[in-house]
Amino acid sequence: MKFYLGGVYMTLELFLQHLANGISLGSLYALIAIGYTMVYGILRLINFAHGDIFMMAVYFAFFGVVTFGMPWYVSFIVAIALTGILGMTVEALAYRPIREAPRISILISAIGASYLLENLAIVIFGGRPKTFPQVPIFTDMVQIGNIHIQKLTFMIPAVTIALLIVLMYLINKTKSGMAMRAVSKDFETAKIMGVNVNRTISFTFGVGSLLAAVGGIMWGLKFPSILPLMGVMPGIKCFIAAVIGGIGSVTGAVIGGFILGIGEILLVAFLPELSGYRDAFSFILLILILLFRPTGIMGEKISEKV
Amino acid sequence: MKRNTIYTGTALLLLFVFVYFANKHLDSYLLRILNLCAIYTVLGLSMNLINGFTGLFSLGHAGFMAVGAYTTAMLTLPIATKQMNFFLAPLISPLDKIVWPFLPSLLLAGVLAAIVAFLIGAPVLRLKGDYLAIATLGFSEIIRVVFTNTQTVTNGALGLKGIPATTNLWWSFGTAVVTIFIMVSLINSSYGRAFKAIREDEIAAESMGISLFKHKVLSFAIGAFFAGIGGGLLGNLMGTIDPLMFRFFMTYNILLIIVLGGLGSVTGTIISAFIITIAQEFLRFLDEPIIPNIPALPGLRMVVFSILLMLVVLFFRTGLMGTREFSWDKFFGFFKKRPLSNGGAK
Amino acid sequence: MKKLLSLTLVVVMALSLLTGCAQPAPAPSGEPAAPAEEEVIKIGVFEPLTGANAAGGELEMEGIELAHELYPEVLGKKVDLIVVDNKSDKVEAATAAARLVEKEKVVAIIGSWGSSLAMAAGDIVRNAKVPAMGTSCTNPLVTQGNEYYFRVCFIDPFQGVVMSNYAFNGLGAKKAAIVQEVSNDYAVGLAKFFTDNFKKLTGDENSIVAVANYNTGDQDFTAQLTNIKAQNPDVIFAPGNFTESALLIKQARQLGIKTPFIGGDTYETPEFAEIGGDAVEGVVFSTFFATEKPITSESTKFLDAYKAKYPGKEPAAVTALGYDAYLILIKAIEQAGAADSASIHKALLETKDFQGAAGVVSFDENRNAIKSAVIKTIKDGKFTFMDVVEP
Repeated sequence: MKFYLGGVYMTLELFLQHLANGISLGSLYALIAIGYTMVYGILRLINFAHGDIFMMAVYFAFFGVVTFGMPWYVSFIVAIALTGILGMTVEALAYRPIREAPRISILISAIGASYLLENLAIVIFGGRPKTFPQVPIFTDMVQIGNIHIQKLTFMIPAVTIALLIVLMYLINKTKSGMAMRAVSKDFETAKIMGVNVNRTISFTFGVGSLLAAVGGIMWGLKFPSILPLMGVMPGIKCFIAAVIGGIGSVTGAVIGGFILGIGEILLVAFLPELSGYRDAFSFILLILILLFRPTGIMGEKISEKV
Repeated sequence: MKRNTIYTGTALLLLFVFVYFANKHLDSYLLRILNLCAIYTVLGLSMNLINGFTGLFSLGHAGFMAVGAYTTAMLTLPIATKQMNFFLAPLISPLDKIVWPFLPSLLLAGVLAAIVAFLIGAPVLRLKGDYLAIATLGFSEIIRVVFTNTQTVTNGALGLKGIPATTNLWWSFGTAVVTIFIMVSLINSSYGRAFKAIREDEIAAESMGISLFKHKVLSFAIGAFFAGIGGGLLGNLMGTIDPLMFRFFMTYNILLIIVLGGLGSVTGTIISAFIITIAQEFLRFLDEPIIPNIPALPGLRMVVFSILLMLVVLFFRTGLMGTREFSWDKFFGFFKKRPLSNGGAK
Repeated sequence: MKKLLSLTLVVVMALSLLTGCAQPAPAPSGEPAAPAEEEVIKIGVFEPLTGANAAGGELEMEGIELAHELYPEVLGKKVDLIVVDNKSDKVEAATAAARLVEKEKVVAIIGSWGSSLAMAAGDIVRNAKVPAMGTSCTNPLVTQGNEYYFRVCFIDPFQGVVMSNYAFNGLGAKKAAIVQEVSNDYAVGLAKFFTDNFKKLTGDENSIVAVANYNTGDQDFTAQLTNIKAQNPDVIFAPGNFTESALLIKQARQLGIKTPFIGGDTYETPEFAEIGGDAVEGVVFSTFFATEKPITSESTKFLDAYKAKYPGKEPAAVTALGYDAYLILIKAIEQAGAADSASIHKALLETKDFQGAAGVVSFDENRNAIKSAVIKTIKDGKFTFMDVVEP
């Protein structure tokens, strides 16, 4: 089967390969977008530092394996735990002191935290790229017909779904989850009801950073070159994914991730001459969503409080 | 009132004398820093109008600057230099034949940036808070990506070089003074009061009969106009531009200036534009080996800089000036022996 | 009136303070530079040590510092390296260069990684008449029309031609695909000259079957590569930054693309081979020097010193260029017998057959290095010499 679309020669096989690439990328976006959406859901704050926490996680995992010679699974777990702590630290230092401040100050603080993490990473880790260790059970390729798919492509959605189930349980069935939901609805009321707001927010940040760490490690396995500024673009892209899905909604983030990943790939597939505009595409998608469906695909309606 | 006008006139005269002597006697390094200070004042004021006075958190400044810088550059580049620059793909007509003087180019740069801002703002300014921030950030990235890919107009990634280095202290300080005067009169006009009303409470402002859309777009477009001019000045100071110059970091630098100076203070922006531009240079010693025998840590300067910024945001949230402004009355009130009770206020 | 007076006083004092501390150097700029009687000779370096290009800056600094360690003195005076970070930012790069020229009073400047940053310094060095030695800034615009900017690397046109010749003659390719880093002037230039010459060689306007673009910092190239795979080219030319290129080739191999990849000198970076791993085996690229077949005796000296300082590491091509940029200035000072900018500039213009670590350098009329290109491949994870192409 062959067909032409927009002047581009396309076979079914080729299309399926593109689709596989899109799913592979989209599932990564989805995984990281979940962390974004969780933090946003509670604080109504774009955590600009999320991308940099993600970057730190990749470095932690790298040093675990390469410098300390840990087996990959130990190193990954240590890295994930450390990143959780890092996330909570960032929250305590950069966000907690100005919780009552105007939103603009909080946003600026978030950007400042991100900037600081990047500069620290350059000083500590150096500017030269490092090679993330390759773990064959993740990084090997599988061939179906003529379509090549990395094993990770199957594992990332599995990890995402597993995390999603755990998260759903955490949010909907546990006491901490109840506190998180309460805080996300209304700070003040939650406080009156006896919820420890600071601890809940800190906990959310921890969980969000754990997710960023898992996403980061998967990212490192798929794109094994790690740099201090590697978190910037994924950070923005995954935020876009979270907005598309409806920020605050965990399932929405997953859907948004897939839409963005597959959309990016198909744009290049069908309009190759626009391949240089790929990043612009993500932003155009974001702006369109914001204009026509500001709450995203799965988002709930937020009414303006007077 | 009349007294204050005399003071302002005297201050301007002194500035004039200062620029005259600085132009003659300072070396190109100090001149460059002073030029940058003035240009960042223009850029900071333009961003403060949008972010500080109108309360629209916009991160699209680099995009407007890019529009301005490219417009000025394309109009002022001599034809021969254009041919040298566009050695990979020829420049499209009629741009390859046009050469304008600096001032009209600069004004057109501002106008084009304002038009772009209007086109962007009309739909996007409905958004609020961080959504607006990310949408404007997106637009500025889109502008950069477009400039990278349209090789026959902008020369793409190769950038432009040989732009006449017209920007000198007269231009930069002149523009800064004009910008300050326009900003101050704008802010004290009914428009300015409407901007501030929108910043304080949109719903209340709207119920007072202020058209949100009109005023937001107006503020956004005026801000972009001066951003375009600032970009043009910067391009003609540098003599070379390329799309990568207008990354998010550029916006971030200006954001830093207005945060440190105080969101919603003209005076604060001017002071902090000077402080930040000079401090970035001054802190360079941090990049050098501080303790003998311990190798230098390049990048330490930026770490210290980001920590300083975080400290300002966390502990001095209102910045240097908050929303306060300089006035001659306050200035002399400060020197006069103050009556104990009213603390020098009039 | 009293108040006005006090105000005027305050302002005048403030201004005099500003101008006063601003002018510590008594030498008026109009007169010729002071005779070289200082104890040290100052050479300025501006490189991106932070920001997006920090990797490139670090690689070049390795070479510059190594050369400084091996040649710490000239004309019996100590050479002082003044390093300033340009933050990968064009505005900052211009200020940094002005600082070197005016505040540090350096006699010559080395740098920078990234043509865009080098161009920012162009006007400054020309106005100050301080010669600048570009390391790996390959954009022809850097030196064009600026008699004070030189460079030790060859420029895009030559490399593009070398690689298209190799593709046509060496690989027998009739159809080529291009993947370029569209936001990188180096890649765009190389791709353009490759395209022109390849079309000429094949006599076929349609011999470039696909052109795909990506942006600096991109990590996923599967869509572009899948498109290219469908066109079934004989060779893929992929000029770009080494990190992106390594990921690109890795993903190509993962997608089952077996077409040979060729590229430019950015590939000669240890990280390229490391990140690429097995995927970059057999990749062919043009570069400046070869380990097995040292072009000059300086190459051997450089390689030995490098291996002694960084055991177990291979130098990158740009490290060798950093080394050469420093060394060529030292040689120029030696030849001129004086360490002022004007003499260095004059000596540089006369430089012929400079024996550098990365080849023999003479300058053409645009002050670009004329030097032979080396074609290398990657074999068992090592950069392996294949051929020398004379200019």
